Amino acid sequence: MSGLFDLGGWSREISAFVSDILAWLADLFGGWIPWFRDVANWFRTDVVIEFWGFVIAVMIMLVFAVINLLVVLWMERKLYGRLQDRRGVMVPHPWKKIHKGTGFLQNMADGIKLVMKESITPRNADKSMFHAAPAIIFISSVMAYAAIPLSTTFVLADLELGLIFIVAMFALSPLAVLIAGWASGNKYTLIGGMRGAAQMLAYEIPLLLCIAGVAIMAGSLNPMEVVAAQQRTSVLGIENWYFIPQFIGFIVFMVAILAELEKLPFDIPEAESELVEGWLTEITDIRFGLIFMSKWMKGWAAAALVVLLFFGGWSGPFFPQEVWFMIKTYIVFAFFVWIAWILPRIRIDQILKIGWYELVPLSFATILIAVALKFLSHFGMGWF
Amino acid sequence: MTKLWINMGPQHPMTHGLWNLRILVDGETIVDAEPVLGYLHRGVEKLCERRTYNQIIPLADRLCYVSSLCFAHAYCLTVEEMMDLEIPERAKYLRVIALELQRVTSHMTWLMAIGPDVGLITLLLYCLREREYFLDLLQLQTGARMNQNYPRIGGVSQDIPSNFEHKAIKIIDKFKVRVKDYHKVTNESSAFLKRMQGVGTLSVEDAIAYGVTGPNIRGSGAKLDMREHDPYEVYDELDWEIQVRDEGDSLARFHVRMGEMQESCKIILQALKKMPDGPINVKAPLRPEGQTFRRTEDSRGEVSYYVVGNGGESPYRLKVRSPIFCTMNVLPKLLTGVNVADVLAIMGSIDVCIGETDK
Repeated sequence: MSGLFDLGGWSREISAFVSDILAWLADLFGGWIPWFRDVANWFRTDVVIEFWGFVIAVMIMLVFAVINLLVVLWMERKLYGRLQDRRGVMVPHPWKKIHKGTGFLQNMADGIKLVMKESITPRNADKSMFHAAPAIIFISSVMAYAAIPLSTTFVLADLELGLIFIVAMFALSPLAVLIAGWASGNKYTLIGGMRGAAQMLAYEIPLLLCIAGVAIMAGSLNPMEVVAAQQRTSVLGIENWYFIPQFIGFIVFMVAILAELEKLPFDIPEAESELVEGWLTEITDIRFGLIFMSKWMKGWAAAALVVLLFFGGWSGPFFPQEVWFMIKTYIVFAFFVWIAWILPRIRIDQILKIGWYELVPLSFATILIAVALKFLSHFGMGWF
Repeated sequence: MTKLWINMGPQHPMTHGLWNLRILVDGETIVDAEPVLGYLHRGVEKLCERRTYNQIIPLADRLCYVSSLCFAHAYCLTVEEMMDLEIPERAKYLRVIALELQRVTSHMTWLMAIGPDVGLITLLLYCLREREYFLDLLQLQTGARMNQNYPRIGGVSQDIPSNFEHKAIKIIDKFKVRVKDYHKVTNESSAFLKRMQGVGTLSVEDAIAYGVTGPNIRGSGAKLDMREHDPYEVYDELDWEIQVRDEGDSLARFHVRMGEMQESCKIILQALKKMPDGPINVKAPLRPEGQTFRRTEDSRGEVSYYVVGNGGESPYRLKVRSPIFCTMNVLPKLLTGVNVADVLAIMGSIDVCIGETDK
């Protein structure tokens, strides 16, 4: 099936339509004021239409990201509520106090509460760095959405090195963790920040190596190409989703991405029971809210990355591409939630040991497998 | 690297109460530790000198908010011994049932607290669910969920209702099924074992030297239980086993407590079967004289009371030995050399209750 939304085309059309209206208005008043006609002509130029088209596309993607964030947050709260034998968020109604329902508006309420909180900057803090850290985290996680395609048409930036871009955006946040931890001027945050830096070394290398394995098989770092490569049928007569040939890589990637998200078995920099709230301890009000939001934004982006790399992206029968993509990402995200709420947090030395002794050798193995499969495919014996 | 003193407390998720654990860290390794107590000191021992013997029972209840009945019972037992009072057989059985119910709820509280300690909040909600059932039973017997004020000098305050046995059997059966869930998320999960195994190893010699008692010393391999070695009430007539593990680490203490919950259920069922009919209370003399020392097994260790009566309305002196106060001394030894994250696994397995520690 083809994609439902043509993000680039539609936003260009909207832009052209708005330009037309503006140009018509300019023409209308052009009789009285002559330079209005120049303005009208300027509105009709391709550059202006392109530019505003792009801005509109960005806006659409941003709106999608925020709505999706609400869905994902609500999904997580409901899911782990059920996992813990309770109902999760339930009181949703703005004016009626009813104790049944879905509680979908609860996240809105929490967001409004965080906006109204007092903003506290610690006296010992390095102020500029302390304020920069939440911004870096939020901006980097929103920017990752730019390169994530939801279908062949619903994509903001069809980058040649899209996968590298997404992972680079992910990799920015440990830097901000370190900055926030160090700049807060607090012992708990300092330990949390240092843990974040140490943990990054353990999981970032296997993460990139797994992506390299997939890229070798697909022959490209463009998410579109990777999905297209997975849609080719393999020897078994089914679509060649990479979680079968790259199974080891898939497992390693799932572990590494959980560490990347600071989800529960690996939320060592936060470690709420020993470090209060880790590197987040001193961060208050909506800055805390932004970090919180960006965590779940990254959560969905990570699920999208898993789907793009290993589960054939948007390929599937009957439904439009976007529907398939969303279904798959939500399933992967539900898996993240399941893992996160049933496992205890492991220690920092243990994650380093897992990273260096287990994940890195295994991800070398995935590269070897990818190269071998690619080599065999040249003689018509591979998966392709 | 520079060494840092970190205050884990008085307001900290680790503490489970109001106290301060100061640790000196070198990076992630703990070099020194120092428990600071006194934030919850209420002067209970001094308060007791101004109250009559019966008025002390609710006060003893409030020593430990998690296993309050054990403290009230130990006090009553001590005063009864001072008075040479023989309580009716049925009252003894009723006390054993209430004590064991209290032990199960206390261990449940420990289990639900150790979950968030190691980052497993799901375990907390599972345990809260089953703890409710046992609290219901306790409420049926004593009339309250906590601070029951149940034992009296000379017996107990009230008898169990007629449907108690039926309910107890049903709840214990349900509990035995649900315990499998706990094992699934704890000691059958390798991530949990990673946190608990080989952490905070306490040798028998150290445990004895520092005065560690209860499940903590049983986890180190010492077969020490006051219910067996200094029997009171009817524990010597019932068939149960002391839970002992030799490893001495956090996981061993975990297993000891998990086993004790099962044993307590066994004791409750036996006591319900064996319980004779009869009175539940005898009249006690009001102004006793003499002095007694008596120890019992609380859910956290050995509770001792030393009561001196001089023939007045209230005791001349009352001394409480609470188990965790003595166990706190071993913390610098246990915590030195471990990781910061291990503090949680160790403190969680020790089962701290600050109410009784600070008194």
